[in-house]
Amino acid sequence: MEFEPEDHYAAHRAAAKAWVAAHVESGWLEEQELTGNYQTPELHLRLARDGLLGAAWPAEFGGTDADPEFARAVFQEVLGLGLRLDGWFSTQMVLNTVLHVGTDEQKRDMLSAGARGEMVIALGYTEPSCGSDVAAAKTRAVRDGDEWVINGSKMFTSTAQEASHVFLLTRTNVDVPKHRGLTLFMVPLDSPGVEIRPVHTIGGQRTNATFYSDVRIPDRLRVGPVDGGWGVMRTALTYERGLSAPLTGPTWADRGADWARSVSRDGGSPVIDDPVVRERLARIAIETEMTRLLAVRNAWIVETGGMPALEGTVHKLFSTETGQQHLASLLDLIGEEAVIQDPMADSFPQAVESAFRKAVFTTIAGGSSEVQREIIAERALGLPKNRPS
Amino acid sequence: MDLALTDEQRSVQELFSEFFSKESTPERVRAAEALGFDQPLWDALTGIDAVTMGLPEDVGGAGASALDLVLVAEQFGQRIAAVPLVEAMVAASVLARSEAGRGLLDLVTDGTVIPTIALRPVVARVVRLAPAGAVADVIVALDGDDLVAVRRPGQRPYTQPPRNLASAPIADWDLAAAGSQRSVLASGEQARQAYSDAVSLWRVLTGAALCGLRRGALDIGVSYVKVREAFGAPIGHFQAIQHRLADLYAAGDALQLLVYEAGWAWDADPVHAQVLSCMSFLAAAEIAFRTCREALQFHGGYGVTVEYDIQMYYRRAKAWPLAAGPVRDSYQHLAGLLFDEPGRLSPGQE
Repeated sequence: MEFEPEDHYAAHRAAAKAWVAAHVESGWLEEQELTGNYQTPELHLRLARDGLLGAAWPAEFGGTDADPEFARAVFQEVLGLGLRLDGWFSTQMVLNTVLHVGTDEQKRDMLSAGARGEMVIALGYTEPSCGSDVAAAKTRAVRDGDEWVINGSKMFTSTAQEASHVFLLTRTNVDVPKHRGLTLFMVPLDSPGVEIRPVHTIGGQRTNATFYSDVRIPDRLRVGPVDGGWGVMRTALTYERGLSAPLTGPTWADRGADWARSVSRDGGSPVIDDPVVRERLARIAIETEMTRLLAVRNAWIVETGGMPALEGTVHKLFSTETGQQHLASLLDLIGEEAVIQDPMADSFPQAVESAFRKAVFTTIAGGSSEVQREIIAERALGLPKNRPS
Repeated sequence: MDLALTDEQRSVQELFSEFFSKESTPERVRAAEALGFDQPLWDALTGIDAVTMGLPEDVGGAGASALDLVLVAEQFGQRIAAVPLVEAMVAASVLARSEAGRGLLDLVTDGTVIPTIALRPVVARVVRLAPAGAVADVIVALDGDDLVAVRRPGQRPYTQPPRNLASAPIADWDLAAAGSQRSVLASGEQARQAYSDAVSLWRVLTGAALCGLRRGALDIGVSYVKVREAFGAPIGHFQAIQHRLADLYAAGDALQLLVYEAGWAWDADPVHAQVLSCMSFLAAAEIAFRTCREALQFHGGYGVTVEYDIQMYYRRAKAWPLAAGPVRDSYQHLAGLLFDEPGRLSPGQE
């Protein structure tokens, strides 16, 4: 066992930085912050143009010539700037699922369109009346000859405004237990009967509610077996939890210490001299290191050919719960300056304020903390399942 | 980066897991509570050369890594064994660093002498509440400018420990007592450095022991909620209990990685070794106690009765870290390491 950090993409680091310098525009970060749109189409197209989106896929299904390690290094550098690629993340997750469960035709058509940047996929799981209990989806799909007719609505269809398709979880059978009557479809968002309405969140992110009225799609856009959607979902969710990337750059504790060195209290001694501040920052540093180790473990599992299952759940729960508390704690230390909202200001209080509002969604999105705890209680501790169904 | 234990590390883990589950049963721990020391267990430990396994081979050790010692301490903690294993390992490592100290090592190796370490500065020649002060034969202490090893006359038990939260064999130790043999191991800056290293290693191994303790307490708690029934169901069926146990599992899982990292860094990453030692100790102190508190709480009234094992874990989880002084001092120490050295990098950063 050894913990020596290593840069798996060291050989590509310089080239990745050069790519970012040449192709990433300085205004994009501010634009994402101001609009809450976390998918920048021009960035997506530039990544596609250089083959970076399809680098990891088999050549027969749209894989490109680009080196997958170079591609990962570029993604790391882009994310390191604070830019988000939410549309690509959901697209990648869904297309990896298609690679597992799709027909050869779907793999060829969808993955190559994804690699070209033409297919951007939003996730359509959550509904107004069900989030954590995702298998309770009510959106109906009814067969009509070689077509399906879809009616219903979805919540938090994030990046749908920039997407070409939504990966839609529907109910195709109401006469069986809920997990056995689900089917997934790749629904083109320009289909007649689809409506996208923006939903704004306290973290600044724009998400959407999407509505489906007599939307007709051909059977070839069904992903996986009829009524076999829950198995498809499980594949997709595993990819979602495996996505955590280890933290890089200064931690909140480091940034907090820099800030505390630079300000003094009522014209007196620097804030960093206050033992209460020191202890709070030290506590944040400890939990941050624990989170880093959990993320490092996820990455190590993936690199050694596995998929983090329980480990991914532990990371999701611990990192989001502690991370939220850290930001609240930092706001307490800063005081009144911390309430001003200006995410683009180059100031620590405003960075904390912005991160604080964003963090609130982390314990809810992608499976709420309560769901993560159920998974741990059942799978790691062997405690009885207590949900009604 | 390789987060899997090697075959060798796994066999150390298995060997000591088996050893402590056999030699430190709850009955044995309970029976030893008056003195806080189980002599047959100590004899068994020295019989398998556990105390000196981390010393270099040329002084009679096995050259085991700090991570190996962490794995041993974890198993020790899981069974809350009534022996001063961590203190003796640390004291032996200090003795091995000087000519004067090495003279005592043979007696440690053959089990004649139990060494311990004073974790707080000596005041007026007295070590207040020395770890294993009632039963150890030699104490390593920083006395003014000197790092000393003092061997005392008489035989164990030297005194009856005061009743205490952990039922530990703590006792005051008068370094100037008549008949004491005092060796100076180092002086000045060298002494302070060696002592500070020793306290750091103690934190690493105590963190590991507490990580094992929290694992033992979690196992007890989970087993109990599966069998205890209330309102017509095992109480482990209720979310109020499941979710709190899940949080403890997650924190404990992260803690174990931190404790292993601290053990690894002790040999391999000198830049972060001190920081990680302090971090793992503080995280372990907090998570071990939280785990015990919840596990005891889920026992209901039985949890506070002395017949149930969880109370033995609960008391030790809070008391063990206090041997190094007020916990807030350790937080301030960590803050100093983290925030007062400009240009210092957090672990994992280049």
